[in-house]
Amino acid sequence: MSKSAILSSSIAKKYWMAVTGLFLCLFLVGHLLGNLQLVMKTGEEGRRAFNEYAYFMSHNIFIKVLSYATYISILFHAVDGIMLTLQNKKARPVNYVYNNPSANSSGAARKMAVLGTAILVFIVIHMANFWWKMKYSSEPMPIHTYVVSSTDQTGQSKTDTLYYTHTPSLQPVPTNPMIVVKNGTELYFKDVNVKVGDTYKDLHKIVMSFFGKSINGAPTNQYALFAVILYVLSMAILSFHLMHGFSSAFQSLGLNHKKYTPSIKLFGKIFAIVVPAAFAIIPVLIFLSK
Amino acid sequence: MASKFINISLKVWRQKNANAKGAIETYKLDHVSTDSSFLEMMDQLNEQLINERKEPIAFDHDCREGICGSCSMYINGRAHGPETGTTTCQLHMRSFKDGDTVYVEPWRAKAFPVIKDLVVDRSAFDRIQQAGGFVSVNTSGRTMDANAIPIPKDDADKAFEAAACIGCGACVATCKNSSAMLFVGAKVSQYALLPQGKVEAKDRVLNMVRQMDEEGFGNCTNTGACEVECPKGISLENIARMNREFLKAALSAE
Repeated sequence: MSKSAILSSSIAKKYWMAVTGLFLCLFLVGHLLGNLQLVMKTGEEGRRAFNEYAYFMSHNIFIKVLSYATYISILFHAVDGIMLTLQNKKARPVNYVYNNPSANSSGAARKMAVLGTAILVFIVIHMANFWWKMKYSSEPMPIHTYVVSSTDQTGQSKTDTLYYTHTPSLQPVPTNPMIVVKNGTELYFKDVNVKVGDTYKDLHKIVMSFFGKSINGAPTNQYALFAVILYVLSMAILSFHLMHGFSSAFQSLGLNHKKYTPSIKLFGKIFAIVVPAAFAIIPVLIFLSK
Repeated sequence: MASKFINISLKVWRQKNANAKGAIETYKLDHVSTDSSFLEMMDQLNEQLINERKEPIAFDHDCREGICGSCSMYINGRAHGPETGTTTCQLHMRSFKDGDTVYVEPWRAKAFPVIKDLVVDRSAFDRIQQAGGFVSVNTSGRTMDANAIPIPKDDADKAFEAAACIGCGACVATCKNSSAMLFVGAKVSQYALLPQGKVEAKDRVLNMVRQMDEEGFGNCTNTGACEVECPKGISLENIARMNREFLKAALSAE
């Protein structure tokens, strides 16, 4: 009895929605802090900060565990949500001819499934644009290189293009035909199989050009404006989803008390506005900065 | 206060029986006193229908003083009509204006099938109650006085507020998911708050929730519509309490 109850009962399904939903709220905060690297620092400094962050995110065991928890949460939240919605539709086979639901509930609360589905579509597109490119794309990722100007003994100024490596003790590795990139980011001497360092994938460049910023005259995404609009729209949808979802999760977990529920509701509303707005401002700033 | 009279147009769901296909019928009703209750207006309409040799509209009603939970009309898109904290029998025609069109429909839920016109079968609620909405009392003749057990005033008040539920089904009717959680939450809370109810608390919540799911009610999505439309002002806190009780029971029951 109790075993099946904790998995299949209507209330248990709500617990799972709440737990996975709140975990995804935490994920949003973490993701946002990372994204803010794109605009907090500018130029080469910002590029390094973001690419180092991207490297950390894909090479840390703790992050790896968290990322799997996030994938599972998204899938579970979506599947459970769809199941709940289908059951709820079945619970009213004949609809009212005349109904006035706005008299007693908010639109966001009633449209959670539609909003959630839109967010799921966004996540798929979002991951195809960035995560897939970073991890599995057949096209090689751009590598983080930078240009330094110096003056040689004869007084002539020259410029070198160097790989940005994360082995600081080594000499800077210049880009020349002698150096080849293997396994995505490992630098090797071409003829002898000797590793000279590790460089970074330039996710910063992908993001910047995706949202319309031209780097060193390189071509940018011609649909950047469309991408920015879609991104901002998705964040607006996320905002509505959180507007109901955040405080709703606490109610589902049985946490409703005159003492703290008003604070949870207020915090939920602030969270639902601030977090998506901070996400949305980033591509807008990138787009405008070209 | 002098009575005012209004003329209204009614769009009422007519359905011969549980298997028939229903439809909205339109009726004109003149000279309705604004002092009459909604049910008195329905009586007036039925009188008019009888005089026209037509079948009167079937609807549930009993005490007509807002306490029995029989009346059950979905009026102009809202359970028990436009006022809050009011059953249909306590709704008065002064809430409507001359020339208004008023939609009257039965509760809509798979678990509340239409029997005829505006009458729905709410026995699903009875079965949920029978699954656990009670306290077993030894009636051997030495029954202890319930008041012998001290109960904190706050708990007694909350239990009483939950017990104010009249089981009318407005929560189900108004919920976009046809969820019965406000009803079951109130019934679970009523006993969970009292020492007499603690003995059977685990089985009660598990059995009542299982019965609720079996009856085909939907799942709660916390829209809060039920709390707004409940004629007895049952609070969402009762659903949260049921959720806590259920978690406790599901994790520890054997």
